[in-house]
Amino acid sequence: MGEPLVVLRDVDKHFGPLHVLQHIDLTVHRGEVVVIIGPSGSGKSTLCRTINRLETIDSGTITVDGKELPEEGRELARLRADVGMVFQSFNLFAHRTVLDNVTLGPIKAKGVKSSVAKARARELLDRVGVGDQAAKLPAQLSGGQQQRVAIARALAMDPKVMLFDEPTSALDPEMINEVLDVMVGLAREGMTMLVVTHEMGFARSAAHRVVFMDGGQIVEEADPDTFFTAPTSNRARDFLSKILTH
Amino acid sequence: MDDGYLSQYLSLFDEFDVAAAFWVNIQLTFFAGVLALVGGTILAIMRISPVPSLRWAGSTYVTLLRNTPLTIIIVFCVLGLWGQLGITLSTNFQTNFFRLAVVGLAAYHAAFVCEALRSGVNTVPVGQAEAARAIGLGFWPAARLVILPQAFRGSIAPLGNVLIALTKNSTVAAAGSVAEASGLMRTMIEFRPDVSLAIFLTFAAGFTVIVVPIGLATTALSRRLAVAR
Repeated sequence: MGEPLVVLRDVDKHFGPLHVLQHIDLTVHRGEVVVIIGPSGSGKSTLCRTINRLETIDSGTITVDGKELPEEGRELARLRADVGMVFQSFNLFAHRTVLDNVTLGPIKAKGVKSSVAKARARELLDRVGVGDQAAKLPAQLSGGQQQRVAIARALAMDPKVMLFDEPTSALDPEMINEVLDVMVGLAREGMTMLVVTHEMGFARSAAHRVVFMDGGQIVEEADPDTFFTAPTSNRARDFLSKILTH
Repeated sequence: MDDGYLSQYLSLFDEFDVAAAFWVNIQLTFFAGVLALVGGTILAIMRISPVPSLRWAGSTYVTLLRNTPLTIIIVFCVLGLWGQLGITLSTNFQTNFFRLAVVGLAAYHAAFVCEALRSGVNTVPVGQAEAARAIGLGFWPAARLVILPQAFRGSIAPLGNVLIALTKNSTVAAAGSVAEASGLMRTMIEFRPDVSLAIFLTFAAGFTVIVVPIGLATTALSRRLAVAR
């Protein structure tokens, strides 16, 4: 495991009276795959979104590769270019083709030459298995295909870390695995990943560390084997008993 | 309607150049429409921008202009901008009035274009903006490349309504001494009261012929360009 890449220190956030993130300390090392699980409303998605400042924080610090998150502006845009994000609802640019979706960031945010960006985009689309869909619009693709395009779009920026915010929660069951397969492949290649998910199979097989959140707090963190076989906290035991009985 | 009435009516078109008057309205609509689209887009960008002072300026403009009667704005352009402040847009007297009226019509309808575009922006899911920001696009590139193209396509129908209103409102330019269709109609009724009803119906039909295709075209366009989600 490499040096710390994403570091959250004593992060607090409120939504009105709701204390959604409470004194969060979390470090993701280079090459590490961290999976965050927990009941809905536990703050795990919010936590994920604070790392590229789609959500602001009230107090504490977040650093990515040694640099603290800047205020809104050019510096922040540059940092976001280094942090890949995959959303639950894919969020592909609906008016652009699949290929354009993948090349837009490199060309417009990084100044990569169009021909270079296109070649790289085709390579990435092939890699996630949707190379033949490049000329289509997002709405013409299945959910699983759209999410794989979204992963390719994020990878095209050559990010230092990839954030996944419940990437399979909006998918029909038969499409979940095609997305998880891509993610497992990424993890094997050493991509640094922070994954919010309900896919316990993925957590078991691909994660280096599982972080369990409840009520805005990190309740427990452990390697997957330990966490799934011998959780130490009552809340984690309770959560696991509810999701693993069926 | 006997033969006499019909020939009386047809003689109108020898006496008055009705087509030329309508052409003035079409020109007013075209130039004011282009300016209003540009101005309204700038206003819309101001109103969705992250800068509070820009948002304030944009919404103040819209509130002020949208709630002022158009006649007052046109009269202000002529009597205020030209009469009082001496702003001249052409050395030709008639052209000057025409251009002042275009400015007034554009200033007024820009407020409505802004609101039509803002309704279009609201059809773009927030996730689109988040995804744009997440790949490192700043506010301006995200607006230009991701939000506004979709907003325009989502606001074609309301923009069409603004264009229809603008077409009909171009008659208010008569208050700014522009010789256009409604002004000619008044003159014609004054000089030819024998066929006043027919004159009125002629102008009503003329505007219908101009406006209906706009409605049909924008409806067809908004269907064709709708963003599939």
